[in-house]
Amino acid sequence: MSGKTIYLDNAAAARMDESVLEAMRPYFFETYAVATSEFGYSSGIEAREALDKARQGIASRMIARSDEIVFTSGGAESSNMALKGVALALGGKKGKHLIVSAIEDFPVLHSARALERQGFEITFLGVDSDGLVDLDRLREAITGETILVSIQHANQEIGTVQDIAGIGAICREKEVLFHTDGTHTFARLPLRMDETPADLVTLSAHTIHGPKGVGALYVRQKTPLAKWMDGGFQEFDLRGGMENIPGAVGFARAVELTTDEETGRLQAMRDVLIDRMLREIPDATLNGHRWKRLPQNANITYHFVEGESITLHLDMRGIAVSTGSACFSRSLEASHVIMAIGGDHERAHGSIRFTFGRFNTMEDVDLVVRQMADVVERLRKISPLKHAGEERKVEK
Amino acid sequence: MTFPYSEKVLEHFRNPRNVGKIEDPDGKSLEGSPACGDMVAVYIKVDPETQRISDVKFESYGCASNIATGSIITELAKGRTLDEAKKINWKQASEALGGLPPIKAHCSVLAVEGLRSAIQNYEERHGLVKERKPTTEELVKKRLRKVMNPLSGLDLVRTNLVRAVSVEDGIVRIGIDLPESHQFAANIRNEIREKIEPLWDVRRVEIRFED
Repeated sequence: MSGKTIYLDNAAAARMDESVLEAMRPYFFETYAVATSEFGYSSGIEAREALDKARQGIASRMIARSDEIVFTSGGAESSNMALKGVALALGGKKGKHLIVSAIEDFPVLHSARALERQGFEITFLGVDSDGLVDLDRLREAITGETILVSIQHANQEIGTVQDIAGIGAICREKEVLFHTDGTHTFARLPLRMDETPADLVTLSAHTIHGPKGVGALYVRQKTPLAKWMDGGFQEFDLRGGMENIPGAVGFARAVELTTDEETGRLQAMRDVLIDRMLREIPDATLNGHRWKRLPQNANITYHFVEGESITLHLDMRGIAVSTGSACFSRSLEASHVIMAIGGDHERAHGSIRFTFGRFNTMEDVDLVVRQMADVVERLRKISPLKHAGEERKVEK
Repeated sequence: MTFPYSEKVLEHFRNPRNVGKIEDPDGKSLEGSPACGDMVAVYIKVDPETQRISDVKFESYGCASNIATGSIITELAKGRTLDEAKKINWKQASEALGGLPPIKAHCSVLAVEGLRSAIQNYEERHGLVKERKPTTEELVKKRLRKVMNPLSGLDLVRTNLVRAVSVEDGIVRIGIDLPESHQFAANIRNEIREKIEPLWDVRRVEIRFED
C-alpha cells in the first residue's frame, strides 16, 4: 500500500484548507485582542472589524442580514441553541410541543429528547424509504401548542435533501417557527434567506474545510429566542462568551473558498461512485434518494457483510469511510437513520457512507470501487448469509 | 497506522483460518446476536473412534472481533476431544487473541457459543445426550431464538414471527407468521428442522407458514 490515505469521511470532519489557516493566523499572533467597541483600543477595534467582516461574509452567502448571524462553537451548539432557546422563550407562553424528523442528527434529536424529559411533548416525524418527510403528515402533526418544527436540510448519513421551502411554507401558514440543520448543505446547496421561509438555520465550518470548533446560527430578525449560553453581552446578547475571532475569520474564508464549480466536481465523483458500485458489485443497494441528495454524499448497503469489517479492511488499504453498523458505534446501536427508512437491521449492518471533499479526485473513486469490490467479495466468501443471497438470485 | 485491535486479532481478521462450510458435517450451528446483528456458523467433523474433532470450519457475518474469534476457536478446537472442546470459553479465546476491546465481547462470545452449539448438535444427532429431558414448548421456543430471519438479522421469536408452538406425542407443530411465498421461507423451514429434529424425543416437525 502506498502511504497516501484516501479520505472519504468529509462529513464527519474535513481537512482544513491551508489558506483558511493563513487567514486565521494574524488573529492568533497580531490582532489577538478581544473585540471591543469603537471607543476601545486600536487592536480591539481591529478585532471587532474582522469579526464584523466575517459575519458579513457568511450573511451575504445566504442573502441574510449580518445581524442575523450568531457565531457559536459549532453545529451542535447552534442546534441546541435553536431548540432550547425557542423552548425557553415560548414554552411558558404559546405551548410545549415540538416536531422533529426521526432522522435528525444527534444535536437536534438529543436536544428534543432532553426537552421531552423536561415536560415538552415531541413528535418524531417518520420518513419514507428515501428518507423524505411527508408534507401532509407534517401539516397534520402541527397543533395549536406547536412552537417549533425542526427538520434538517439534508441528512448526515444518507444525504437525502428535504423540501425546506415546502416545509417552511407550511410552518408560515400555521404560524410556527421553523429551524433547519444546514450543517451539510451550507455553501454546497443554494440557500437564500430572502426566499427560504426558515427562522433558524444551523451552520458549521468543519464540513467545508474550515476550522473545527466554530459554527453559527442564523436567527431571523424578531425570532423569539431565549439566551441559552450566559456570559457577557456578545453576539447581540444571544450567546455569552468571548468571541472566537480566528474561528469566525476562518469560517468566512472557508465559505469564500467553497464554490459551485467545486461542488459540481464532488457531485460528479458521487455519481460515478454510485453508478459503478451498483453496477460492479452484486447485491448493493443505495440508501437515500437517488437525486434529491447531497452532492458530496453516497451511502450504500453491501448485503450479507458487516460494515465494521469493511471499514477495517479498507482502513488497512488506506481508505477511510464510515458505517451505520451497530458494531461500529460506541452505543452498539444500529444507525437510527437507516432503521427509519427501512426498519431493517440487515440494511444498517452492511451500510457504508462515502463523503467527498475538496481533496478527493476521480482517481480516488476508481481505487475505492476496486478495493471495495475485493473486500466485499472476501467477506462474502466467509459469510453464512451468502447462501441465502444465491438462492434469492436463482428465484429471480 | 493505529488500529483498535491487537496485532493477533488483526492477523486472524485478515487471514481467518478454517473458513467455509463443511459439506455433510457431523454437527453444525448458526448463532446470531440480536444486540448487534452479527451471525456465526460452525461446522464440525468428529472421528467416531476417538471422539475428537477432526475438522472444524466457520462462517461469519460479523465484525472484526467476531471473525477473529471464529478463527481462533477453530484453531483451539481442532484435534481436541468433544469434552475438551466444550470447555473452551471466551476468556481463553480472548487471551489467545491478545485481548479484545470490552465493548466487543458479545460479538466474540457468539463464536464461542457457536462451537458449543455445534458440539451439542452432534451429540443430539448421535444420541449422546446424557440427561434426557422431555421436549417442552419452552425448549422449542428457546431453540427458535437461534433461527434468524435473514431479512432482519434478528431471530424469529424476537421479531414475533412465531405464532404457535405445540408439542404432542413427539410431534412438534410450529406456526410462522410469514407467507409461504416469503423469499426466505425455505431457509427458515430448513433451519427450524435443523434445530428441532435432533431432539431425542421428537419424531416429526410440522411447520406452517401463515399470513
